[in-house]
Amino acid sequence: MAEALPLEITELHKSFGDRRALDGVSLTFAAGEILGLLGPNGAGKTTVVRSVVGRVRPDSGTVRVFGRPPDDPRSKAAVGYVTQEIALYPLLSPAENLAAFGRFQGLRGQPLEKAVGQSLQWTGLAERAKERTERLSGGMKRRLNIAAGTIHGPRLLLLDEPTVGVDPQSRERIYQMIEELRRGGVSLLYTTHYMEEAERLCDRIAIIDHGRIIALGTKEDLVRSTLGAKQTLTIETESPVPPALREALETRGGTVSDSTVHFSVTEPAREIPELLAAFRNDGVRIRDLALKTATLEAVFLQLTGRELRE
Amino acid sequence: MIFAVARTHFAKLKRDRAAFVLAFVVPVVFFSVFASIFRGSSSRATTRQISVVVVDEDRSANSARFVEALKREKGLRVLDTRSLPGGRTAPIADAAAAEAMVRSGDAPLALIVPRGFGSSPIRFGPSEGGPTLTVLADTSDPIAPQVFYGLLQKVAMTSMPDVMAETGIEQMDRWGGGLTAEQKATLQKNVDRLRRETRGAEPAAGGGGSDSDGGLVPVKVRDVLGEQKKNPTVAVFAAGLGVMFLLFSAAGAGGALIEEVESGTLDRILSTRVTMTQLLLGKLFYLSTVALAQLTVMFLWGEVFFGLELHRHVPGFLVMAVVTALSASAFGLVLAALSRTRMQLVALSNLLILVMSALGGSMFPRYLLSESVQKIGLVTLNAWAIDGFMKVFWRDEPLVALLPQVAFLLAAAVVLFSLARRLARRWEAA
Repeated sequence: MAEALPLEITELHKSFGDRRALDGVSLTFAAGEILGLLGPNGAGKTTVVRSVVGRVRPDSGTVRVFGRPPDDPRSKAAVGYVTQEIALYPLLSPAENLAAFGRFQGLRGQPLEKAVGQSLQWTGLAERAKERTERLSGGMKRRLNIAAGTIHGPRLLLLDEPTVGVDPQSRERIYQMIEELRRGGVSLLYTTHYMEEAERLCDRIAIIDHGRIIALGTKEDLVRSTLGAKQTLTIETESPVPPALREALETRGGTVSDSTVHFSVTEPAREIPELLAAFRNDGVRIRDLALKTATLEAVFLQLTGRELRE
Repeated sequence: MIFAVARTHFAKLKRDRAAFVLAFVVPVVFFSVFASIFRGSSSRATTRQISVVVVDEDRSANSARFVEALKREKGLRVLDTRSLPGGRTAPIADAAAAEAMVRSGDAPLALIVPRGFGSSPIRFGPSEGGPTLTVLADTSDPIAPQVFYGLLQKVAMTSMPDVMAETGIEQMDRWGGGLTAEQKATLQKNVDRLRRETRGAEPAAGGGGSDSDGGLVPVKVRDVLGEQKKNPTVAVFAAGLGVMFLLFSAAGAGGALIEEVESGTLDRILSTRVTMTQLLLGKLFYLSTVALAQLTVMFLWGEVFFGLELHRHVPGFLVMAVVTALSASAFGLVLAALSRTRMQLVALSNLLILVMSALGGSMFPRYLLSESVQKIGLVTLNAWAIDGFMKVFWRDEPLVALLPQVAFLLAAAVVLFSLARRLARRWEAA
C-alpha cells in the first residue's frame, strides 16, 4: 500500500465568534514538497497551521497527517511546528531548550544527545550552546526556534512565518537551513507574507485571503493563469491620484491606491504612452515608472484588488 | 513626561478589567475579613470560651460546689466527660486521662481538684500546706492558663463565701488570741446562713480576678507539652509561616504557566506529544519538590538557630511537608489557571492567601478567634497543615495521629488539581 500523503486538508471551516477565519480550505501536498501559504496578515495562514497540529479544532472539514488525525500520537511524532513567536525558555541555554523540546517529543538518552548536538551544529549555535537563550541575537533565536521544531526529525514541518523581524543576513541563513531540510526529504508547509520567500523556496504556492485559497500552483502556473503573458507596470505619482483619473484608470483595468497605480500590460510600447497621456491631461506628475515581468505580488493584486502587505 | 508614564500604566490597568476590580476589591475584602474576625473581641458576649477538662478527685461537697460554679462561669467550657465510640459519654476518670486530653489537643487546659481540697479550699497565705489545685496546660495557647488562673480565683470567692468566712474565722481564732464559745456559736450561725443564701446563686459572669501568685486558691500550673521543649513557641511559628509562604511561592511559580501562554511556548508544547494533563502534573511535581525543599530549609534553619527539634521528628515532618507541599502547589496551579494575566494572579493570590492565612492560623493563633470563626478556618489548607505540624512538633504524636490532616490535605490536592485541569481547558484546542 502506498504511503499516505504528508498532509491532506479538506474543506476546513473555522470561525472565532463572528469572525470567519477559514472558509473551506482544501490543500494536499506530496512528500518532499515545499508548499508556500502566501497571504496578508489575518488571511488565515496561522489557523491552517494550528489546525494541522491539533491546536485549532475545525468547525467542519478534516485534516489528515500521513493519513491520521492530528491528535494521533503518531501524527504528533511526524510533525514539527515552528511557531511565529519565539517560543523558547529564555533563561535556559540553547542546548537545554533543544533537549526540553526533544523530550517533549519522546526522545531520551543517546538519541536525544545526538539530536541536540546535530541541531546545535545545524543552527551554528554550537559555540553558544551553554549561554542563556535570552542573550542570543534575534536571528540566532529564530534559528533556535526552528531547531526546536525539528529536533525529533519530523517528516512534515510547519513553519509559521519563520523569518519575521529577521535581518537579511540571518534570513539568508534560515533559507539555507530550509534548503537543507528539503534535501533531507522533509515536506514543508511554509506560511509567509513575504512574496520573495515564497518565490525562492516553494515548489507550489497557495494564495490565501479571507480564509479561502484563491489560487494554487507553481509560481509560473499562477502567473500564467492569472495574468497570461502580461507584464506589470507600476506608476508612482507625486500627488494622490484625483478621483476622476482614478475612475478612468480603473475602467482600463488599473489598480489605484493613493499615489501608486498598477497595470497589467501586454503591449507596453503601445499602452504606456496612452497611460502617460492620461496622467498628463489631468495634470498629475509622475515620479517613477517601472515595468516588470509578472510577479506573485501582481498575481495577488490581480486576484484580490489589494497589495499583499496592506 | 512623568504624567505620560503614569498615563500608560493607568491605561494598562484599565484594559485588565479583572486586575482593575481586584485592585480595589482585595483591600476591601481583606479589611472586612479582619473586621469580622475581631469585631467579637470588644464584646464580652462573643469573647472566646476557654475549654477546660475538670477532674474532681476530692468528690466532697465543697469540691462539687466549686466545679458546679466553674461550669456556670461563662468564660469557661468545662469538660468532665469524654465521648466514646457509639455516641456514649463517660466521666473523665483521673488526672492521667485529663493529661492525655491536653496532650492530644482536645482542650488547652485541665484542672485537677485533689483529695482534701474541700476541707480547706481557701488559703490566706502561701506558706500554709494542704492540697493544691493543679492546672495542666498546653502552652501553645499561652493566654488560656493565665485567664483561667484568674477565673479560678474569682469562682472560688463568689461560689464559696461561707468557706472563705470560716477560714477567716479560723485564722482569727488562731492568731487573734482565741474566740469565746459564744462568739464561735454566733459566727457559725451567720456562716451557715451565708452558706444557705449562696448555695445555688450564680456568680457574676465574665473574666476578672487576680492572676498573682498569692491567690486565695492555691494553684500549681504545669506545662505538660512545652516542659520538655527547648523552644516551645518556635514550632507554632514555623508551621504557620511556613504554610503561608509556601502558598505564596506556589502561586508565584504557577505564574510560569501564564508566561508560557503569553510567549506561545504553551502552544508549542501542546503541539508535541505532551498533553495538558501531563503538563500540569509535571508542573505539580516541580512545584511540590520546590515547596518541600523550602519547608525543609526553613525547619533546618529553625533547628540550627531557634531550637526547633527537627531531628527528633523527621518522619512526621516529612509526611506533613509532602502533603502540605502537594496541596499548596495544586492551589498555586488553580490560581494560575484562573488568572489571565500576571496582574490578576498577583491580586487574586494576595486576596486568597492572606484571607486563608488569617483564618487558618498562619498570622495569629486560631485560639484567639471565636469558635465560629475557628470552624470557618477549617476550610483552609493552613489550618490543617498547622494542626498536623503541631501534632508532630508540639504534641509528639505518632504518625497515625496525622491521618485526618493527611487525608484532608491529600483530598484538597486532588480536588484542586482537578479544578486546575478543568480551568486549563481554555488553553486546549480552540
